[in-house]
Amino acid sequence: MLKMPPADGRVLARKAEIARALAAIVADGVIADVDALRVYESDGLTAYRQPPMLAVLPRTTEQVSQILAWCHREGVKVVPRGSGTSLSGGALPLEDAVLLGMARFNQVLEIDYADRVAVVQPGVTNLAVTQAVEEQGFYYAPDPSSQIACSIGGNVAENSGGVHCLKYGLTTNNVLGVEMVLMDGQVVRLGGRALDPAGLDLLGVVVGSEGLLGVVTEVTVRILPRPEMARAVLIGFPSVEQAGQAVADVIAAGIIPAGMEMMDKPAIHAAEAFVGAGYPLDVEALLIVELDGPGAECNHLICEVEAIGRRNGSTTCRVSTSEAERLTFWAGRKAAFPAVGRISPDYYCMDGTIPRRRLPEVLQRMERLSATHGLKVANVFHAGDGNLHPLILYDANKDGELERAEAFGADILRLCVEVGGVLTGEHGVGVEKRDLMPEMFSETDLQHQQRVKCAFDPELLLNPGKVFPVLHRCAELGRMHVHGGKTAFPELPRF
Amino acid sequence: MRPASVEDLVEAIAGAAASGRKLEIAGGGTKAQVGAPRDVEWVHMTAFCGVIDYDPAELVLTAGAGTPLAEIEALVASKGQMLAFEPHGAAGSTLGGTVAAGVSGSRRVSRGAVRDHLLGFKAVSGRGESFVGGAKVVKNVTGYDLPKLAAGSWGRLFALTEVTLKVLPRPPEKATLAADGLDPAAAVALMSRALGSQAEVAAAACVDGVTALRLEGFGPSVAARRALLEAMGAARVLSESEAEVFWAGLQQPLPDAPVLWRLSLPASRAAEVVGKGLGPWRMDWGGARVWLACEDAEAVRAAAGAAGGHAMLVRAPGAMRQRVAALHPQPGPVTALEQRVRRAFDPKGVFETGRFLDHSHAD
Repeated sequence: MLKMPPADGRVLARKAEIARALAAIVADGVIADVDALRVYESDGLTAYRQPPMLAVLPRTTEQVSQILAWCHREGVKVVPRGSGTSLSGGALPLEDAVLLGMARFNQVLEIDYADRVAVVQPGVTNLAVTQAVEEQGFYYAPDPSSQIACSIGGNVAENSGGVHCLKYGLTTNNVLGVEMVLMDGQVVRLGGRALDPAGLDLLGVVVGSEGLLGVVTEVTVRILPRPEMARAVLIGFPSVEQAGQAVADVIAAGIIPAGMEMMDKPAIHAAEAFVGAGYPLDVEALLIVELDGPGAECNHLICEVEAIGRRNGSTTCRVSTSEAERLTFWAGRKAAFPAVGRISPDYYCMDGTIPRRRLPEVLQRMERLSATHGLKVANVFHAGDGNLHPLILYDANKDGELERAEAFGADILRLCVEVGGVLTGEHGVGVEKRDLMPEMFSETDLQHQQRVKCAFDPELLLNPGKVFPVLHRCAELGRMHVHGGKTAFPELPRF
Repeated sequence: MRPASVEDLVEAIAGAAASGRKLEIAGGGTKAQVGAPRDVEWVHMTAFCGVIDYDPAELVLTAGAGTPLAEIEALVASKGQMLAFEPHGAAGSTLGGTVAAGVSGSRRVSRGAVRDHLLGFKAVSGRGESFVGGAKVVKNVTGYDLPKLAAGSWGRLFALTEVTLKVLPRPPEKATLAADGLDPAAAVALMSRALGSQAEVAAAACVDGVTALRLEGFGPSVAARRALLEAMGAARVLSESEAEVFWAGLQQPLPDAPVLWRLSLPASRAAEVVGKGLGPWRMDWGGARVWLACEDAEAVRAAAGAAGGHAMLVRAPGAMRQRVAALHPQPGPVTALEQRVRRAFDPKGVFETGRFLDHSHAD
């Protein structure tokens, strides 16, 4: 288990006073009761639990500004939270921090079809944006699997993706502007309805900053016209290598599918047993390829993809003939996590990205790691963009299994980095992968990132203990070491 | 100077930081006339040249920042791919310069800008330290998205030595359809309607009364979508050469104007801005980008600002560039935040050459 920064006893001793100060800002929005605070004790990374010292639920930007300004002045840490669905512990509370819940920011403020934007409050769920515009034939493209629950503010913090991001991009490619409150209470607007920033692209670095740079209080997103048609094809292969080659051949044919997912045999069987989507059970790998666009395009490309499958030795191939059938094809994939949950008491979802050409080798080495750690693994995979989601099966009630699952997960992520990939494709670093950051970045690389943090929050009060493995003081980071190589800063705490 | 290696560059920048000298990073130097006239020491990045890794099936290309843009464009075209943000530049433009200047063409409205395709980079910061940002895969959220800061940074944070870009398949077919004689409001309305339709318009621009919509994709798809645009009133099909001239014209708009502005606006406000009669104009990105020739800086900035956008001065005589900042002024708190971010990468102000007429922020 990872360690969080030690709680500050002086802050804990002031709990009642802090609660009164926050209640003066939001009279009906402060939670101090220990039982009531349990609701917030974890996010989607459920292995980690820690109730916050206090929770506060503001309604307005002005209140957020006052809360942050007060906490800044008093040196109190703040952990922002959207819907609390982070899979990496991005919203994990701290014992001595105020949890800033944004759920009351739940209004769609404006929809502008001429400029194809929606202006929403950050607590609006991802799916609600699409629901607000679908009657006019529009939708919001990023669709993380948690889209019925996850909030747009959380999506901005995590730069959330989804199964369609190969073609339509992540959150960062679909957000045009934010209103944001800095830790000192200042309110800034970054971006807007114009496409380009006036100066540095600060919005670009805020998206995906995991709640470390500011608290977003309004978001302007791009909405897209819904494609005329979407069709999916299920293609089974006798080996992962053949499925992988088919994926490469689809891209080489100039086709960027709306979604291209792969599942390995354990994942196929778990999903089929749970949902009954009609997946073939006698294959080693299954591809779901979705094409969207004008009918003529969809139908043309479906034929191309089928042919590519055949050339790579596919043993089964089914094309959706109705919207209902397309959704059934997806139902199994979308339920893969809970399906795996049925065959194992607990599972741990990883999120590395690799260059796709390394897939067969990575899966083989993952099998060997599975034997070494004595834990099974099922794989679902955003095949188009190389984003792996290995699901490690374990039982938290068995002594040491969680630790083994974490060790296995860390080995998988090291493997992803070793082959030229990254620690996380869409779930974020959070707490979970924090201590693995040095696998991917040198100390110098990380310090360049941390100085950006210092530009936004020099006291390091916002969401501490996330993303960065070593807590450098900003004054130390700012010093120039003209002749310096790597400075170890041995006196600084490493959690 | 012309550093031959990252080590040389580190030494040069660290030396400048230690002695209080200023350096300006240059790729091909083709955009040197942007910003105030200045007397600075140039760091030419042409030695950081060549493709480092390109696997078309991965949709990723890594090259030295000093690699000529034309060389990269030819390479990806030979593999049936493209840089989807449609970069362009004068002869000698480099990949790094294109990224640092944030150059995106007409297809930006549908496929995103440089910032959306820059996956990773290597650079030397104003601290004289070599570091990386982002990565070399198409999907990554590990750590802060520093590539976003690199795109459009104009060399104010760090000197790029290597960039990794997402590449995409080149569409096999394209067609441009036009409507003639529309006033600006009607042109914007048509472009908005087309971009909001299932026609999947790749680019939408208005030049001299010609409102043009470009379709790209597979043959059967382009044919089907043409019918949608024709039904909206964009019925004249441009010949291949006409279309080429039209879209190339937007890469060098209003070449004879002594003063040229690049406005970024909410598209729905573009007609109101060009309707002020400030000067000749070109509209791209459905109206979200307006090129405007006008010598009255205050009027242009006021019009852009009132419309919720901003205006960058991209060409002017030296005296005007000495007086008018190239980048649109921003509200105080945003300017302060931007300065703190610049200080994070460049604490001694090595890259603060006066080009953007901003006050010193350095230690």
